[in-house]
Amino acid sequence: MSLDSRSPSGPIEEAWDQTKFDMKLVNPANKRKYNLLVVGSGLAGASAAASLGELGYNVKCFCFQDSPRRAHSIAAQGGINAAKNYQNDGDSIFRLFYDTVKGGDFRARESNVYRLAQISVNIIDQCVAQGVPFAREYGGMLANRSFGGAQVSRTFYARGQTGQQLLLGAYQALERQIHAGSVKMFPRMEMLDLIVIDGRARGIVVRDLVTGKMESYLGDAVVLATGGYGNVYYLSTNAKGSNTTAIWRAHKRGARFANPCFTQIHPTCIPVSGDYQSKLTLMSESLRNDGRIWVPLKAGDKRSPDQIPEAERDYYLERRYPSFGNLVPRDVASRNAKIVCDAGRGVGETGLGVYLDFADAIKRLGQPLIEERYGNLFEMYNRITGEDPYKVPMRIYPAIHYTMGGLWVDYRLMSTVPGLFVLGEANFSDHGANRLGASALMQGLSDGYFVLPYTVGDYLATTKLEKINGSRPEVLEAEHNVDAITQRLLAIKGDRTVTSFHRELGKIVWDYCGMSRNAAGLEHAIGKIRELREEFWRDVNVPGSGEDLNQQLENAGRVADFMELAELMCIDALDRNESCGGHFREEYQTEEGEALRDDEHYSYVAAWGWNGLGSPPSLVKEQLEFEYVHPSQRSYK
Amino acid sequence: MNLTLHVWRQKNAAAKGGMTRYEAKDVSPDMSFLEMLDVVNEGLIAKGEEPIAFEHDCREGICGSCGFMINGVAHGPQRGTTVCQLHMRHYRDGDVLFLEPWRATAFPVIKDLVVDRRPFDRIIAAGGYISASTGSARDGNTILVPKQAADKAMDAAACIGCGACVAACPNAAAALFTGAKITHLNILPQGAPERYSRARSMVGQMNAEGFGQCTNIGLCEAVCPKEIKLEVINKMNRDYLVGVLA
Ligand SMILES: Cc1cc2nc3c(=O)[nH]c(=O)nc-3n(C[C@H](O)[C@H](O)[C@H](O)COP(=O)(O)OP(=O)(O)OC[C@H]3O[C@@H](n4cnc5c(N)ncnc54)[C@H](O)[C@@H]3O)c2cc1C
Ligand code: FES
Repeated sequence: MSLDSRSPSGPIEEAWDQTKFDMKLVNPANKRKYNLLVVGSGLAGASAAASLGELGYNVKCFCFQDSPRRAHSIAAQGGINAAKNYQNDGDSIFRLFYDTVKGGDFRARESNVYRLAQISVNIIDQCVAQGVPFAREYGGMLANRSFGGAQVSRTFYARGQTGQQLLLGAYQALERQIHAGSVKMFPRMEMLDLIVIDGRARGIVVRDLVTGKMESYLGDAVVLATGGYGNVYYLSTNAKGSNTTAIWRAHKRGARFANPCFTQIHPTCIPVSGDYQSKLTLMSESLRNDGRIWVPLKAGDKRSPDQIPEAERDYYLERRYPSFGNLVPRDVASRNAKIVCDAGRGVGETGLGVYLDFADAIKRLGQPLIEERYGNLFEMYNRITGEDPYKVPMRIYPAIHYTMGGLWVDYRLMSTVPGLFVLGEANFSDHGANRLGASALMQGLSDGYFVLPYTVGDYLATTKLEKINGSRPEVLEAEHNVDAITQRLLAIKGDRTVTSFHRELGKIVWDYCGMSRNAAGLEHAIGKIRELREEFWRDVNVPGSGEDLNQQLENAGRVADFMELAELMCIDALDRNESCGGHFREEYQTEEGEALRDDEHYSYVAAWGWNGLGSPPSLVKEQLEFEYVHPSQRSYK
Repeated sequence: MNLTLHVWRQKNAAAKGGMTRYEAKDVSPDMSFLEMLDVVNEGLIAKGEEPIAFEHDCREGICGSCGFMINGVAHGPQRGTTVCQLHMRHYRDGDVLFLEPWRATAFPVIKDLVVDRRPFDRIIAAGGYISASTGSARDGNTILVPKQAADKAMDAAACIGCGACVAACPNAAAALFTGAKITHLNILPQGAPERYSRARSMVGQMNAEGFGQCTNIGLCEAVCPKEIKLEVINKMNRDYLVGVLA
C-alpha cells in the first residue's frame, strides 16, 4: 500500500486556492440532507461543527464533558500565531511557513504548513468579529507578543487565557447553530467505536456517561477532533480527561497512526512535588520573553537563589544560543534543562528544576507591567507552590504537553478510512517533529473553520453513499465490541486501581520514550508495557456497574487504550534511527549534543497500520519533499 | 495531617442522598483539594466501595468543571480560587469538612457532587454570541477597540461557567453568569448591533430555566473564582430594560 497525500502540484502559494476551485461543491439545497458526525468540541471540533452548521449541513456534535465549553483547548494560555505583520517587523506568510517547517525539524508536509500560514490571518479576523477580547494597544489596535522559535512578534493573545477566549468564541458560534437547529449537541457522551461500512466511515458507537446506555449514530462522514494523547504519560499538562480512545479505536478500524513517537515536552512547567500528584501545570512559554533561565554553576549548590551571586550562575540558554537565548524552541529548551539537571545542577528539593527569574525584568520594566503581562500566571504559580514569583525565581521543569503524532491525514484532512476526517491535535498534520508555541490553536481553528468545511463538501459531492440503518451487521458488530470491552473491564474486579496502572504506565513511557530515548531502553520498555498490559487485564479493579455514571469505568477504557498506544510509540521511536525535534535518540547527536537528523533515510512520515494485538504493526512511509525550505541543521545559536 | 470529611452521596438523580463520613489520612499540605479526594477514592476502591463522584478536567482553574460546597462555601475558603486550585495548606490537622453539591432547582444532582448545568449552555444559545458566520470577517485591525473596553470585556469574559454564583446565591439566581456574558459582548463595538436583543433573549432564557431573581445580595461576587464584579448585573439590567422597552 502507498499513501496519497493529495498534495496539490504547482506553486505552493496557489495550491490551496487551486484546490478549493477544483473541489466539487454540494448544492446548498442538498446540504441539509447530509448528516455529519463531529466528535469533539475543542477548538477544532467546535469551529468545524459551527461552520458546517452555518453552511446548512445537519450536524451532530459529541463531547465527554458536560458542556462543549469545557474542552481541553480552554486551558491554552499563551497565544495564537498569525502572519499579520502588524508589527512591521518583517513577518510574512512565507516566514511563518518557514519557521514552522524548520521548527518541526523538517518532518512536516510543506503543502499543509503553507496553507496553515495563509489561513492564520483569516483566523484572527474571524475571532475578532466574534468578539474574542484580544489584547489591544492604547490606539485600539491588536497587540502582539513573541514566542519561542521565532524572531518576529506575531502572537495574538487574550491575557493568559487565549485558549479560553478562542474556545468560547467557537463555542458561542456552536451554540448559535444549536439554537438555529442545524447542530444537535450530545454532551457527556463518549465515542467508543467507529462504524465502517463498505470501507467508509459511516457512524460511531457512543456510551451515554450518565445512563450508561450505548447508542449508535449513523451519518455520511465522521469527523474526529478529539485532541492529543499526552496523558499516556499519566503526568502531563493535559486536562485529566484527555485521552486517545477515539483515535485509537478508529486506528483499530483501519485509520493509520502517524509518527506516534513525536511528542512534545514543554520546558516551563511547575516541577512534581509528590506521589499523589495528579497532573502537571504549565507556566506559559510567553514567560520566557521576560524571564531568564539559570541554574547554579556548581553541582550540588543548595544555597537559596538570592544567595548565589551573578558570577556563580549559569544562564545556560543565553550562553549556548546567543541569538535566540531564552526563546529557543521547546525541544531545545527542555533538553537543555534535562542536561543541567542530570549534571546535578538542578534546583529545588528534588533537583529536577531550573530557575526562571524575573528579577531583571522587574527592575527594567517595573512590577506593574510584569503584573499586567503575567499576573494570572504568577498567581497560579503562587497558589500551587505557595511561593511568590515576584520575590523568588520560579522553579520550572519540562513536562509532556502536546503530541505531534496522530491519525494520518491527507491534504484534505481525510484519514486512510474514506469519510473519516481528523482535525486538530488528533491528526499528525502540520507540526512535524516539534510544534512551535502558539501554533496548535492556529492549526485547530484553521482545520475547523477554514479547511474541513470545504474538503468534506468535496467528499460528499463526489461519493455515492448507500442508505444504511442500524440493523447492518457492521453496526451490530461495533456495538457488540463496545459492550464486550465494558463487560470485560467490569468483570475483573482485581486488586489494583485504574490509576495505579496508569501511573506505572506513564513512568515507563516517560523514562524510556520521553525527553530522550535509546534502542536498549525502548526495547526494555516494550517488554514492560506488554507485561503491565497483561496484568491490567488480569488485576484491574473497576468498581460499580455500567448502568450509571461511573468515572472509574470511563477511565479504565481510556487507560486500556493508552496501554496499546504506548507500545506503538516505542516501536515507532525504535524504528526512527535519527534524532529530530522532540524525538531525541541518544545514539544520534552532534558533538555539541544537538539532535542529528538523517534526511537520507528518515525524511518520511511513519504511518502505522494495526494488525491486531500481538502482531507487529505494518509501516507505510509517506516520503517528504522539501521544495521551498531546504533542510538544514536547525541552528538557534 | 488528618481530616474528617462528610460527603453528600447520592446514587443518581432519582435516589435520595445523604451525608457519609470518611477519614482522610496523611494529607500533605502540597496536595490540591481534588488530589486529597483522589487519595480518599483510591482507598474506597481498595475497600470495594464506590468512589465519590466529582467533576473535574483541567485542574487548572479554567475549564469550570469542578466545584462543590466546602463547609457551605462554593469552591471553599480561598478567594478567587476554584476547588481544583485550592491547596491543602489552607487546612489544619483535625479539620472537619462538609462537602455538598451545588444546590439549585435549575441544577439537579446527577450523582454525589456532580450536577447538571446544561441551563447555562441554553442561556448562551439564546443570544450569548455575536452573529458572525465563518468567512464573513474583515481585517481585524479595521475594528478599533479602545484598550479600556477590551480590558473590561476581558474581565467579564473570564467567566468559566462553573455555577458557583448560582450555588452561593440564596435565590439561586444566574445573574452574574448571564451578566458576565452580556457585558463581555455588549461592551465591544462588534457586539453593538445585537446589544439589546441579546440582553432580552438571554435574560428571558435565564428566567425560563428556573433560576431565581437577583436581589443584589452579592454572595455570587464573593465566591466567583474569576472575581467577576457585580457591575455586570447592572449592565445586564440596563440593556435588558432597553431591550424590552424598545
Ligand atoms: C496547558 C496547555 C496550554 C496550551 N497553550 C497553548 C497556547 O498558548 N497556544 C497554542 O497554540 N497551543 C497551546 N496548547 C495546545 C492546544 O491547547 C491544544 O493542542 C489544542 O487546544 C487542542 O485542541 P483540539 O480541538 O484538537 O482538542 P481538545 O481541545 O483537546 O478537544 C477534544 C474534544 O474531544 C472530545 N473528546 C475526546 N475524546 C472523545 C470521545 N471518545 N468521545 C467524545 N468526545 C471526545 C472532548 O470532549 C473535547 O471536546 C496548550 C496546551 C496545554 C495543555
Ligand atoms: S477542574 Fe477545571 S476549573 Fe477545576
